[in-house]
Amino acid sequence: MFEFLNDKNVKMGELITAHAELVMILQRMGITLGFGDRSVAEVCQRHGLDPDFFLLICNVYSFAQYEPSSELILNTDMSALVPYLRNSHHYYVNRQLPHIERHLHHIAEHLPDKVAMVLSRFFEVYRNEVLAHFGHEDNTVFRHIEALQNGQHDDTYCMADFVENHGNLEEKLGDLVQIIFKYLPESVTGDDTVDVVYDILQLSMDLNRHSLVEEKVMVPYVMHLERSVR
Amino acid sequence: MKTRVLIIEPSEVIVEGLATLLAEQTRFKVLTPLSGLEGLDERLVTSKPDVIVLNPTLSPHPQQLFSGGTVPVPVVALVYQYVEPTVLKRYDGIVDIRDSRGTIGETLTRITQTFQPQDNSTASYELSKRETDVLVQVARGMTNKEIADALNVSVHTVISHRKNIMHKTGIKSVAGLTVYAILNNLIDESVLI
Repeated sequence: MFEFLNDKNVKMGELITAHAELVMILQRMGITLGFGDRSVAEVCQRHGLDPDFFLLICNVYSFAQYEPSSELILNTDMSALVPYLRNSHHYYVNRQLPHIERHLHHIAEHLPDKVAMVLSRFFEVYRNEVLAHFGHEDNTVFRHIEALQNGQHDDTYCMADFVENHGNLEEKLGDLVQIIFKYLPESVTGDDTVDVVYDILQLSMDLNRHSLVEEKVMVPYVMHLERSVR
Repeated sequence: MKTRVLIIEPSEVIVEGLATLLAEQTRFKVLTPLSGLEGLDERLVTSKPDVIVLNPTLSPHPQQLFSGGTVPVPVVALVYQYVEPTVLKRYDGIVDIRDSRGTIGETLTRITQTFQPQDNSTASYELSKRETDVLVQVARGMTNKEIADALNVSVHTVISHRKNIMHKTGIKSVAGLTVYAILNNLIDESVLI
């Protein structure tokens, strides 16, 4: 049977070395580098995090097939969940999207006008869609969770709506890659072209794991909260 | 009616295990398994499987199993070792031997029920005339119902064309298909403004 991450005594450095993709979540958890030889439990403690929560997110992030049990979710301290999700949004919006946009601008300089216009317009529409998606979560969904966590009854929103409407943000990134593959003239060379595709694929994977955290951790947790805070 | 499952797998241990699990579930009838692709053409005709569970290392192109003119059925990859993701994508579904018995059964049932044979032209990535017509309408922002009315076909046919378009272009969103249509000079870029 497959081994998931469950050892709090493993060194943080070892964990991140073995699962390099997890380096992405440290910042979002508020964990700084330079953790030396400290274990996962020790590093989490220094940053006021429940190590079980940290490992839960690591498992969802690293293993697409991981399904956390409801006991685990109910017995884990979720106070860091909303800050983690907000930090993730901040990273996508303020760092990854502008980064990809800059690459696309560079490439566009070498493209026929029409292709450049269509590509940048496609990206602009996509970016607005992402901003709207995250904006809704930041302002409505997360506030709803924070209210419930403070023991306040809140029926302005419910998780069932989230499940119903949660859209997929990766699909258009996949399309963007396909379009670049098909329409980038062979004459456009250089690191920018490879970088942009690599960054788009990376963001796409990251967003996919981010939605798995929302679907597999946030949704069942909040649905339980909604039932208990009446 | 029971779903007739043909397992094609070289490992006897795996075959026995999977056959036993499936036989416990009354909705499946496990046919005499094959250890390789030899003799498959004949078995497709005589045993009439509803679904094939195949070790993907035996065939990187599962659709070609039906090239002899036999009726295509869904082919599910039976996975317990590393298989190239590009190969796995060509299968109609995946059963991992680490899946629970419930999951394996559900996967096979779902795939068998939703299977739609690919039309033969998917070997090429060129869109057919009809697919191009549908693409243009999609890119203009029309709904399936509107496209069906405009082209005088059923909504079901429009959906089937859209699936083929997505498969051939690799592009899934309407916005992406619009870009594709513009860059192929099928529509004018003014639709974007």
